[in-house]
Amino acid sequence: MDLIKMIEDEQLKKDIPNFQPGDTVRVHVKVVEGNRERIQVFEGVVIKRKGGGLKENFTVRRVTYGVGVERTFPLHSPRVDKIEIVRRGVVRRAKLYYLRELSGKAARIREKR
Amino acid sequence: MSIGILGKKVGMTQIFNDKGQVVPVTVVLAGPCTVIQKKTGASDGYNALQVGFDVKRESLVNKPLKGHFAKANVSPVRFIREMRLDNVDDYQVGQEIKADVFSTGDKVDVVGTSKGKGFAGGIKRHGFHRGPMKHGSKYHRRPGSLGAKGPARVFKGRLLPGRLGGVRVTVQNLEVVRVDAERNLLLIKGAVPGPKKALIMIKPSVKAK
Repeated sequence: MDLIKMIEDEQLKKDIPNFQPGDTVRVHVKVVEGNRERIQVFEGVVIKRKGGGLKENFTVRRVTYGVGVERTFPLHSPRVDKIEIVRRGVVRRAKLYYLRELSGKAARIREKR
Repeated sequence: MSIGILGKKVGMTQIFNDKGQVVPVTVVLAGPCTVIQKKTGASDGYNALQVGFDVKRESLVNKPLKGHFAKANVSPVRFIREMRLDNVDDYQVGQEIKADVFSTGDKVDVVGTSKGKGFAGGIKRHGFHRGPMKHGSKYHRRPGSLGAKGPARVFKGRLLPGRLGGVRVTVQNLEVVRVDAERNLLLIKGAVPGPKKALIMIKPSVKAK
């Protein structure tokens, strides 16, 4: 009986879609403002998935007004309400850090078909 | 002061709190402990409870301890520790102490034996600075000067290399994040001294108001 695993398994989400680096996703995040809770959507390209089990994170990158914004979410966080896959991309590596140096047309990712 | 509990360190993990934040926690298998002996001012000059944890086989007990356990009519245990209390009248010999003596949000002090590091140098043991590793330097991790020439001796208390770890350590003011009395689990925020499977003692914090 592995107690650590038992505690971690209780907190795992079961409805996580199968997404990979290169995919474009919409992350629905619960945001608390004062005592009101609302849902904010962050859309962008997944540039990495890191860690495993309960400790898994993923980072989403988007460029707004010419400024690159990256947000990292714990995959199993209760704050992450929903993850929608918008588009599946074809990439050849697991960590897409090279996108940070690219902009415009060069930063496009081929769509999987 | 209320009573503490004995437990075994299981390991560390993380949980999400109700705000959705990640909290690092140490999982402790706490109790059930049994009260073996009551010490009072009249009998011993001070108030304390002797509690046992981790039941073991009858065949592992030596004769003096066997008598001690038989007197309290409790099953033999691997660890026996004493806890000082202001008032021991609320407890009976043979009574079980479970993890629910603590509740979520309580501040606790955790006592354990730190991991032994063996003979360690000044850098690891006392946080000394290191010499340059390159550019012809031949002075890498040595302790440096031991003092002036004048007294012709080394003063007491001079920090030097030696045995590190393997001593009793108390970590104060840790928060109890979750209590699971059914599975005898305590989840304590942050790290706790010692390796996995080590005996630790969890007491109400002396700093808590």
